[in-house]
Amino acid sequence: MADAVVTPVGAPGLAPASRPRLRAAALFVALAVLLAVGVIASAGVGQLTVSVTEVIGALLRGIGIDTAWAPSSKITYEALWQIRFPRVAMSLLVGAALAVAGAVMQAVFGNPLAEPGVVGVSSGAALGAALGIVSGGVLAGVVGTASMAFIGGVGATLMVYVMARAGGRTEVVTLLLTGIAVNAFAGAGLALVIFVGDSAAREQIVFWQLGSLNGSRWNEVAVVAVFAVAASTIALALARRYDLLALGERTAGHLGLRVERLRIVSIVLVAVLTGAAVAFAGIISFVGLVVPHAIRMVLGPAHRLLLTGSLLGGAVLLVWADLFARTAVTGAELPIGLLTSLIGGPFFFYLLRRARARQGGWA
Amino acid sequence: MTGALSLAYHAESVGVRIGPATLVEDVSIDVAHGELVALVGPNGAGKSTLLSVLAGDRSPSSGTVAFDDRDVRDWTPGDLARRRAVLAQDNQVAFPFRVWEVVEMGRAPWQGLSEADGDEEAIAQALATCDVAHLTERTFTSLSGGERARVSLARVLAQRTRAVLLDEPTAALDLKHQEDVLRVARSLAHDGVAVAVVLHDLSLAAAYADRIAVMERGRIAALGSPADVLTPALIERVYGLPVHVLDGPDGTPLVLPRR
Repeated sequence: MADAVVTPVGAPGLAPASRPRLRAAALFVALAVLLAVGVIASAGVGQLTVSVTEVIGALLRGIGIDTAWAPSSKITYEALWQIRFPRVAMSLLVGAALAVAGAVMQAVFGNPLAEPGVVGVSSGAALGAALGIVSGGVLAGVVGTASMAFIGGVGATLMVYVMARAGGRTEVVTLLLTGIAVNAFAGAGLALVIFVGDSAAREQIVFWQLGSLNGSRWNEVAVVAVFAVAASTIALALARRYDLLALGERTAGHLGLRVERLRIVSIVLVAVLTGAAVAFAGIISFVGLVVPHAIRMVLGPAHRLLLTGSLLGGAVLLVWADLFARTAVTGAELPIGLLTSLIGGPFFFYLLRRARARQGGWA
Repeated sequence: MTGALSLAYHAESVGVRIGPATLVEDVSIDVAHGELVALVGPNGAGKSTLLSVLAGDRSPSSGTVAFDDRDVRDWTPGDLARRRAVLAQDNQVAFPFRVWEVVEMGRAPWQGLSEADGDEEAIAQALATCDVAHLTERTFTSLSGGERARVSLARVLAQRTRAVLLDEPTAALDLKHQEDVLRVARSLAHDGVAVAVVLHDLSLAAAYADRIAVMERGRIAALGSPADVLTPALIERVYGLPVHVLDGPDGTPLVLPRR
């Protein structure tokens, strides 16, 4: 051991393992394929069934390339571009935004159980959006609702952050208890808003609250896209700093990281991503929990791959979940939020049990 | 020996108070490049607090700490990280990072600089030095306490700084690895690094340190060469335990409780 100090070079050669890189490539290809198939299937299946070739043809014509595959009927073309495509695009964006938000939150809290839905950021954003809808005027518009959702999301994230941290660490039990409190408070606020709202606003809020991608419009998609792309890009740029945060904030600080600044930026990112998603799609829980966790199991915890994988994985999950929500019951549409909770709930149980077993208690 | 070497740390009458509690009081200590200083003392004597003040984590309530001729609080976090590395007492990693990745994190301060070209070599050397090269593909969370401590030390070495602060680096280690870690610390000092180490084992401190600072209730009770500092009277007073101080076979003092 000591002689190695004297001879600086010539230590056992170790290339940064190529195995994880191969795995990452395989996973990304698989996700891309799933995404492409999901997009085409989701656009094609529904009350009006459109063939695969027609979907592709319509897509190409929309961007100015006319092919023989383009749908012959104008109604089909319009239905795809007015209804199906914006909805598919919204599902991609919302899934990606929620998954990235989850991954960022877990990095900042140093805890794999942190998730916007679980700790109440989503319901905070929902309360903000609902307030926007009820108050009418500018705030009820597309940008207004998104801004209100963002404000609600920031408020909830800050609250969780301030309440759930003690001595620079976030313990699982405190985090979840804080989540309960924030969710309860935001839920009560939401109930109050529904109570005072007129019947039209009420109905709008109730259905939207269940989580649905129904009726997504291009202008809404555009707003979500701007927020989601910007925030995800910043999150990816911060990936290596998130890695350092895993060492604990003190050690991360010793390595030159401005921990407090990173945290504040990240809280804003989480709120922007969650707010953008929640504003138009309602509360869709557990995406931010399930997706980063699954990606971490395959690719490991390094955040550059984790965030990229979560972005793709979240998009894949919601495209398929939305397709399922639309088609599982004939003649009706399941709320997608209900569906993700149905899968996410049991998964959360499993994570909890594992965290408990590993940490030997509720620390 | 301090006179001939450049000073890394120059702390003057440092005090740390939290509310009514005084953790460190009127401590003055220098650490020169090329010197290994051991901080010893009973639990709660203020060793770790003093180390965190030197690290720049904590502002002293009174007194000053100059690091590389500038107040330690005036350095930016990045500049500080390229000049001093710290091994904390408690080393956890929140997610199952691989050992190689954990040690690579020690290179973060050099990211984007020309020194980053030496990343691979610095990591490989640190892994070899700490005897953990065989663990590179394991996840940190799967390691034993001793392995974690050595990997964390490797991360500190990979940072390649001219000052190193180690808070109880031997706490979780077996006999051999305790010696190994201090031998590493010793050879760092030999290469011109300023090293401050918090230790509990007085004989270990005596064997490897150039100077020992004995802390007692926040103050420095004695500071000097092992032979000067480790007297039965002082140790009995500070620890409240009668001891024998014997001459070891290699001439370094051995401290044994009187039983």
